[in-house]
Amino acid sequence: MSFTEFIQLNQREIMSSLFQHLSLVFWAVAIGMVIAVPVGIILSRHRKMAAPVLAFAGTIQTIPGLVMLGIALIFWGIGTKPALIVLSLYAILPILRNTYTGITDINPGYVEAARGIGMTSMQRLLKVELPIATPTIIGGIRISTVYIISWATLAGLIGAGGLGDLIWTGLSTYNTNYILAGAVPSAIMAILFNLLIGGLQRGITPRGLRRVNP
Amino acid sequence: MIRFESVTKKYGKKTILNKLSFEINQGDFVVLIGPSGCGKTTTLKSINRLIEPDGGKIYVDGRDIMKENPVELRRKIGYVIQQIGLFPNMTVEQNIAVVPKLLKVPKEEWQQRVKDLLNLVAMPYEENAHMYPSELSGGQQQRIGVLRALAASPPIVLMDEPFGALDPLTRDSLQEEVKKLQKKLKKTIVFVTHDMDEALRMADVVIFMDQGEIVQMASPEEMLQNPASPLVKSFLGKHLNNGAVLLASDVMKSRVLKVHREMQTLQSVELMRNRDVNSLIVINDDETYAGTISIERIKSAGKAGTQIGGLLTMEAPVVQVSDPAQSAFELLMESPTGYVIVLHEDQTVAGLITKTSMAKAMGETLWGGDAV
Ligand SMILES: Nc1ncnc2c1ncn2[C@@H]1O[C@H](COP(=O)(O)OP(=O)(O)OP(=O)(O)O)[C@@H](O)[C@H]1O
Ligand SMILES: [Mg+2]
Repeated sequence: MSFTEFIQLNQREIMSSLFQHLSLVFWAVAIGMVIAVPVGIILSRHRKMAAPVLAFAGTIQTIPGLVMLGIALIFWGIGTKPALIVLSLYAILPILRNTYTGITDINPGYVEAARGIGMTSMQRLLKVELPIATPTIIGGIRISTVYIISWATLAGLIGAGGLGDLIWTGLSTYNTNYILAGAVPSAIMAILFNLLIGGLQRGITPRGLRRVNP
Repeated sequence: MIRFESVTKKYGKKTILNKLSFEINQGDFVVLIGPSGCGKTTTLKSINRLIEPDGGKIYVDGRDIMKENPVELRRKIGYVIQQIGLFPNMTVEQNIAVVPKLLKVPKEEWQQRVKDLLNLVAMPYEENAHMYPSELSGGQQQRIGVLRALAASPPIVLMDEPFGALDPLTRDSLQEEVKKLQKKLKKTIVFVTHDMDEALRMADVVIFMDQGEIVQMASPEEMLQNPASPLVKSFLGKHLNNGAVLLASDVMKSRVLKVHREMQTLQSVELMRNRDVNSLIVINDDETYAGTISIERIKSAGKAGTQIGGLLTMEAPVVQVSDPAQSAFELLMESPTGYVIVLHEDQTVAGLITKTSMAKAMGETLWGGDAV
């Protein structure tokens, strides 16, 4: 059976795996953002806490995905929930790090000006620091998304579905078509999202923050 | 308007401000100057509580600023810093309007204000309001920085080396604009610089600081006349006359017409007519000064065919090259001839001081070398 025939035959299964994959990635990155952005902001206000917190988040990142999934399996059994928890955890670090450095790397002159003209800490954050840091924060989201798209294939192992399911099925039955049907879309998805978010990043950067061409 | 009472600031053991006391009057343009690290910025930032002193009191408008809300205090005090003060994510209009917006001024009102302010610095609203800071020149950016500080009409504006990074031409025109704005809007301005030119040009009052203390607080004129210390003097530099006394040789003209005493009377009258003068400087054979001869003298006492040597007078006042110009000036004013002869030590003629040469030399010392 050729690959194209296989795809036509299993269209429905492939499409549903694709959507499962997308929704896993979406929710993992969304949860990661909801946690990482506020924590990054808080760290920028309490910089002494930043080093240990970032080091801790970095350590989590270095634990192999399979090990984490194994641990999650022990606690929460199989299904979407443990997979989502693990993937969200992995999504946090790049966003957290970029939020923190995005804010703390702002030229101190802007911060001094903001304080000097009478902005409260919150106004400074919303009107000056976050707008200037936004491109960097989106850069973090971009890295997370691309990572999570490939890491989510592992989630198939603990029954969370997604394109990983197809790959694991293929591997255990020596069926190349299954492997390809899972691997090709997830690779395309990673490339596509990388471009898409890169475009978004450029698009929402205010004109004044883009490099001015001489 | 602003009063410091024994204000002290320390970092660790290092004293940055040492019991600083002074008072700034409403409407004054006050310039803080002094060597790097003397505490100018610290003093300035104490006024809007960006830095809080360890001791002493600061009053703005009679109120102790430590008892005020720092955010509200700052909104009543304009603030301009060197370079990148403008927010890069906001347009010119948004930057200027930022404080009025914080103060919840209605939109129509702040928009009008932005237009008026841009007009003041000849940057039309239509062309500039929607530009981002990165699209403006350094000078334009700093103009907008000044306008932002003025936008909420604060009675006081603080400026920390606002023109430090600009080229000399742009700096000149901005200094002029700011001085004009200050007079027109009757602001109290506290301005930090380490450029004495800038200080003398803009200040009503100069506060000279060194090592956290005030060395001298005076008007520019007073400071020039009476610098309080050698350090102040060295900052004033070329603006001082260095105490050097102007000499006779500084005020004379050295290209003068000299004739020998053997000249015939007829010949000398002709020479005077040709050169359109009515007297001549006469010298001996060894080039030393012999006296002067005038047309009237020849007419009244001269006989045709005689030499001028016998008719010389000594009525023209004589000074030495190294005599002070002031005594030459006094002699010149009383001189019947309208000029003073200047001699070298060996009695040869060095030059002539006339009212014209005197006025020219004085002009040069007053207004600089190329004024005349
Ligand atoms: N946060 C700080 N911690 C320790 N020392 C400081 C701090 N801020 C300033 N200083 C020191 O205080 C002194 C005065 O600083 P300040 O900025 O007021 O000087 P300045 O007169 O404005 O100098 P400049 O002309 O270089 O701007 C300097 O010696 C500086 O090193
Ligand atoms: Mg300074």
